[in-house]
Amino acid sequence: MSELLKVTHLYKEFGTNVVLKDLNLSVNKGEVVVIIGPSGCGKSTFLRCLNGLEEIQSGVITVDGLPVEAGKRDITKLRQKIGMVFQSYELFPHKTVLENCILAPIKVQKREKDDAVKEALELLDKVGLADKKDYYPRQLSGGQKQRVAIVRALLMHPEILLFDEVTAALDPEMVHEVLETMLALAKAGSTMIIVTHEMSFAEAVADRIIFLDKGEIVEETDNVFGFFEQPKTERAKKFLKTFSYEK
Amino acid sequence: MASLGIDVLFKGTNFLRLLQGLWVSIEISLISVILSIVLGLVIGMLMTIHNPLLKAVLKVYLETVRIMPQMVLLFIVYFGTTRVFGWDMSAESSAIFVFTFWGTAEMGDLVRGSIKSIPNIQFESAFALGMDKVQTYIYIILPQTVRRLIPLSINLITRMIKTTSLVMMIGIVEVLKVAQQIIEANRKVSPNAAFGVFAVVFLLYFIVCWPISRLAVYLEKRWA
Repeated sequence: MSELLKVTHLYKEFGTNVVLKDLNLSVNKGEVVVIIGPSGCGKSTFLRCLNGLEEIQSGVITVDGLPVEAGKRDITKLRQKIGMVFQSYELFPHKTVLENCILAPIKVQKREKDDAVKEALELLDKVGLADKKDYYPRQLSGGQKQRVAIVRALLMHPEILLFDEVTAALDPEMVHEVLETMLALAKAGSTMIIVTHEMSFAEAVADRIIFLDKGEIVEETDNVFGFFEQPKTERAKKFLKTFSYEK
Repeated sequence: MASLGIDVLFKGTNFLRLLQGLWVSIEISLISVILSIVLGLVIGMLMTIHNPLLKAVLKVYLETVRIMPQMVLLFIVYFGTTRVFGWDMSAESSAIFVFTFWGTAEMGDLVRGSIKSIPNIQFESAFALGMDKVQTYIYIILPQTVRRLIPLSINLITRMIKTTSLVMMIGIVEVLKVAQQIIEANRKVSPNAAFGVFAVVFLLYFIVCWPISRLAVYLEKRWA
């Protein structure tokens, strides 16, 4: 398997607050890596570093062999290889569903409009939203918006997809429809890094689990089932316990 | 009931003169408004840049405009600059200058507020799609800014139109001045004209401003 993303000795701080300490990670093509951990452990910041939305203080991030450097001119080229879906969807409110999807492919990648529209409609159809193509984001439910956001990211043909707590703002039944979409992507062989609080989803989708706490990787394992059954570290145990209730 | 004095408007070319005066008001406000929108967009974008010196300069400009009565500005520009700087500005250009100076500052502040009100993550999600700063502004930020701006700026535009009545103080014969002239000229034959003629002036202002504020309501609903 070929290595797609490599992070070495990543160090990130906000002022005097150290958010990520000496993080190392390697992700192969087709792999689905799920990052879990308590709030404020640096999961989201880590994802934002990966596509240069945050500047890092030291360390090297490479995607497909190219270094990610925030503020550099060619960061826009690199970002086209890295799709990102946010917690709050962030569709463009003044554009319709279809326009949201095809804007970047046409303007950034200079693709033919017909070609982008055709592909957008196919993908929207796959997530069950083809009939909503002329709707504005405000006319959609949260789950629908999030599926559009996923289609919008996919249309750029990214090498790797980052999901930042994409279901955290959704009602339970909408969580399901979004997670189904992501599961289908994983099955189709997409490379994904997912930050989530949905433990049963993490277990179902992950090839590898990373447990992050206080800016450090505390546990990293390919034995996904084993991790949720019997985590090796105390901190992971304690964290997983917060998801179950005993009377 | 006493005569309302509207009849004087139908004498000779009185009503036509009143409309010509109205056109002068509209012309001055139209030119000033267009210039203010264009310059205000630029000033507003400059106001969002983090540069202490630039911020201070723009702040002083905005506060000056807010504090200074428009009439004082008109007097300074029209009467004051002639001798001191030797500028020979016509009353119309002085009026357009002052109204643009005022409108640009206020429009700039509205533009600044509109840009600031767009969540930062809108920028980020555009960046995440590989757009550069220019593309992000053109396709994502400015269209949303304009949508937020229109209802706000319409308030400013109607205020500017109404305030053009001040320009008669520097000798421009606009709608209110014409009305005064008509009333004065007919003081003997139609002493009630003050009511009727000013009422018609009120109506004319209304006819100009009302469609603009309806447009604001319509756009606000459409883009809500």
